[in-house]
Amino acid sequence: MRRALAPVFLGSLGARRLTTLLSILAIALGIALGVAVQVIHDAALDEFDHGMRTLSGEADLQIVGPRGGFDDALFETVALRPEVAAASPLLEVDARLFGDERSLRLIGVDVFRLGEVQPALMPQPGEGQGRLVTLTPDSVFLSPGAMQALGLALGGTLTLQAGLEPLALKVAGGVPGMAGQQVAVMDIDAVQRHFGLRGRLSRIDLRLREGLGLAAGREALAPLMPAGVQLLAPETARAQAAGLSRSYRVNLTMLAVIALVTGGFLVFSTQALSVVRRRTEFAFLRAIGLARGELMRWLLAEGAIVGVVGGLAGVALGYGLAAAALKLLGGDLGAGYFAGISPRLAFEPAVAAVFLVLGVLAGMAGAWLPAREAAEVSPALALKAGGDATGLAGARRHPGWAVGAAALAAVACLAPAWQGIPVGGYVAVALLLAAGVFVLPQLAANLSALLAPLRAVPIALARARLAAVPGHVVVAGAGVLASAALAVAMAIMVASFRDSVDDWLARILPAELYVRGARAGSSGYFDAAAQARIAGTPGVARADFIRHDTVRLSADHPPVMLIARSLSPDGRELPLVGRQVKTSSPVWISEAVADLFGYAPGDTLRLPLAGSPHDFVVAGVWRDYARQSGAIMIPIERYRALSGDPLANDAALHLADGETASAVAARLRERFGAQTLELAQAGEIRAVSLRIFDRTFAVTYLLEAVAVVIGLFGVAASFAALAAARRREFGMLRHIGLTRRQVGLMLATEGALTAGAGALGGLAVGGAISLVLIEVVNRQSFHWSMDIRIPFASLAIFCLTLVLLAALAAVLAGRQAMRQEAVMAVKEDW
Amino acid sequence: MLELSQLTRRFGGPGGRTVLDRVDLRLEAGEYVAIVGESGVGKSTLLNLVAGLDRPDGGTVKLSGTDLSTLDDDGLTRWRRDRLGFVFQAFHVLPHLTLAQNVALPLWLQGQQDASSMRAASEMLAAVGLAGREAGWPRELSGGELQRVAIARALVHKPRLVLADEPTGNLDPHRAGQVLALLRERVRAAGAIGILVTHSHEAAATADRVLRLTGDALVPVTNTQ
Ligand SMILES: Nc1ncnc2c1ncn2[C@@H]1O[C@H](COP(=O)(O)OP(=O)(O)OP(=O)(O)O)[C@@H](O)[C@H]1O
Ligand SMILES: [Mg+2]
Repeated sequence: MRRALAPVFLGSLGARRLTTLLSILAIALGIALGVAVQVIHDAALDEFDHGMRTLSGEADLQIVGPRGGFDDALFETVALRPEVAAASPLLEVDARLFGDERSLRLIGVDVFRLGEVQPALMPQPGEGQGRLVTLTPDSVFLSPGAMQALGLALGGTLTLQAGLEPLALKVAGGVPGMAGQQVAVMDIDAVQRHFGLRGRLSRIDLRLREGLGLAAGREALAPLMPAGVQLLAPETARAQAAGLSRSYRVNLTMLAVIALVTGGFLVFSTQALSVVRRRTEFAFLRAIGLARGELMRWLLAEGAIVGVVGGLAGVALGYGLAAAALKLLGGDLGAGYFAGISPRLAFEPAVAAVFLVLGVLAGMAGAWLPAREAAEVSPALALKAGGDATGLAGARRHPGWAVGAAALAAVACLAPAWQGIPVGGYVAVALLLAAGVFVLPQLAANLSALLAPLRAVPIALARARLAAVPGHVVVAGAGVLASAALAVAMAIMVASFRDSVDDWLARILPAELYVRGARAGSSGYFDAAAQARIAGTPGVARADFIRHDTVRLSADHPPVMLIARSLSPDGRELPLVGRQVKTSSPVWISEAVADLFGYAPGDTLRLPLAGSPHDFVVAGVWRDYARQSGAIMIPIERYRALSGDPLANDAALHLADGETASAVAARLRERFGAQTLELAQAGEIRAVSLRIFDRTFAVTYLLEAVAVVIGLFGVAASFAALAAARRREFGMLRHIGLTRRQVGLMLATEGALTAGAGALGGLAVGGAISLVLIEVVNRQSFHWSMDIRIPFASLAIFCLTLVLLAALAAVLAGRQAMRQEAVMAVKEDW
Repeated sequence: MLELSQLTRRFGGPGGRTVLDRVDLRLEAGEYVAIVGESGVGKSTLLNLVAGLDRPDGGTVKLSGTDLSTLDDDGLTRWRRDRLGFVFQAFHVLPHLTLAQNVALPLWLQGQQDASSMRAASEMLAAVGLAGREAGWPRELSGGELQRVAIARALVHKPRLVLADEPTGNLDPHRAGQVLALLRERVRAAGAIGILVTHSHEAAATADRVLRLTGDALVPVTNTQ
């Protein structure tokens, strides 16, 4: 490429400053979102990973069980094996702070075993404390992060909730190896005693004998594992944790890609129009010796430059966004995957480079068709025809292509997820958008036919123009279609999701009042006595107790939540979906379990309870929006009989007639003390949950709004560019006697028809995309289904507004062009 | 030397209309001819064929021994870039380049360095009477001045053949006369072959020879007026 020619092409970018700026903005927005999501997530994951790695230290293998732990007899067996060089037992408790909603990760360790396997966890006695303080049962050691978060210093007192009682511990030192994490360490014996976990362990970290391979070690030790207890390489545990949040990140990234695609469309619109405008200019350049390939390369370069500038701005903006979001929302953007870590942002050249390349690609992709179009025009013809009489030759009606793209989209939906990412679904979304763009001219023609009875000259002129240059409809309408389709799809998806969640909450929270031992942890629980006292509280007609634990169904998946509660034989309390089976030993699995482990109603499911396996029959599948890695419901009587675990985490209280929830809550507080119990009325939980839901989706609404505004700007920019190119036409029309208002009406009709076609196409395509989002993308990433609900009224209002705004944009753009004196416009050459 | 032999062009596929039917022409270096003819007879078509912007259905175009039919699209483009100068009725002066940049454009296309190309452009601008206007913009010029810029641009790279299709169609007679005189003078000075297509007898009269295009021949016109 001859660099000397740069002014010829770049000058044109500068000449259409506004549209260039809009394209840059759209691309920058997409890139910024993508970069922000990626960078935040990487920072969080890094810190998380780092934490996991320091926690597992030098371990070759880890023995892990359910959250409730496993029998510590296993430790003796394993530690004595010749394959094992060193073994260190751990007991982890999510300890609730007394009278405080927060909880802290408390790790019980054996300091004599720790050094060889997890040196980072080693507690460090403070000044003036002897080594033995690490063994005293009321001493706790806090990582620097925990000290800071809790506002505690050496010698201070940390009060935790154990069962329903307060437990005061003295801060006797630190855990310097765990900088960046919020953890507390204490003697394992003390943890077992304080938290009612006598004889329990949650993990054993192992180092194998020198020279013994991982596989050999695993093979030798695996037979020793009781049911539900597994041998994992530390990396597996890390990968499982990372996998959990991946779908979330991928979905956010997809939003970024959507913004990027909108940007690409905008580049397409502006490039296509500018190419139409510069048609004779290119013909002239070709005539005086600019080669076809070179013209094409220069036009692609224009797109690339828009991409580079947008990309650079986007990367910078993305880092800014990431920093702000980390400050405000934390590493998981408020979604709860990475509680208790404080990630730091680092510049990642690779990420920045990848997104920059994406921006350039978006710019070049947008410029591709117009560039090819321009390079293929015959110079002799273009020099003769001049002006904008001939549109984009390539953009004719392609109903066949539309059908083809839609069919391919249907096929793509059948593809299974790839590594938990619904690639097929995303491909289907792209194909559906393409189908919509192909069908645009046809739609515009049909709409235009509807106006045939109107005899007014301006309307007839507008119709004639649309029929003559369908390419312009595609160019101006594609942006509207893309942004409308995505907005419609998101609107339907979110409405369906919200409705389903609302329904689900009603089903899953049948009681009036809920009591919790502790928010997340296992340090707060109800023993048999507490359960009796709760049930015996005046005003309580019935108390259903709920026990949470985890089970590991396979070494390849994260543990699954086990929920024991009182259930009818047919499980009618659950939000069941699909087929049900009658059985005497039922469990009900969530959709995630069905998807991830391939169980169906009627299948036998082997559950490890208290170290031994028990066979159950899957009686049905229920919908669960809360636990992405799966949950299993089991009748609590049966759980207690098989596990011997009498404790409960939550209670659902059905009130006696005439009692109010607040009165009963007050009585409960009186009985147990105000600080130990967490009480919530069903209505409150529902309201809070929906509020969180709405807040989460507020981000997407914002993105949609931005996409729609960008789409509208696209229409305005397209019409402005077209209007400028049509100055001569306007001048001529004014000459032969059209009034200014009539020209305005003509333009409004053109704008409305174009945007109408875009909005109609957007509705259809958006509806199809919402189906893909619901049935494929959500199902494959989060494993949950939802009932489809279409918010007809708001969609209608939205589309109407879009069409009106587009018509207005067209008129405004035209007015700008008409300001020129009619005489001048006819005479002027360019 | 430019040689057209048996040049034929039809439009509208087989059975379509034959616009040019076996036209012959021979021009020596330094010749400056005008081609006249009724509207629609095929004058622009002929120029397009000579410029390699269009392919004939029969016959050949040769310039200094090069047969255009042997060149592919890129070959033709390079050939035009080196050998041809154009002047159009619509001036095609690019609005976002300065006057000097517009004139230097053919040199840029040949890959010439900026400094020397700008010097050559200034010289050409001076030669067409626009000295000192290098940094000006096209929007500041009148139609006649714009056509002078176009003439400067058509000749800056010393082409062997200059084609002008109705170069004065957009100008008043007085301006037209000046521009035509200038064109003729510059083509002469460059020693190039010049072909001027026009409707106007005054314009045609500035040429050494006048040829009338009829469907199948270029007939010399003896000065009848
Ligand atoms: N691409 C084309 N397809 C079909 N017909 C064409 C095409 N180009 C030119 N013609 C026809 O060829 C004939 C000659 O056209 P041309 O433009 O060469 O005329 P002209 O002599 O330059 O006329 P004018 O003096 O009006 O410019 C015309 O009848 C025109 O309709
Ligand atoms: Mg002509």
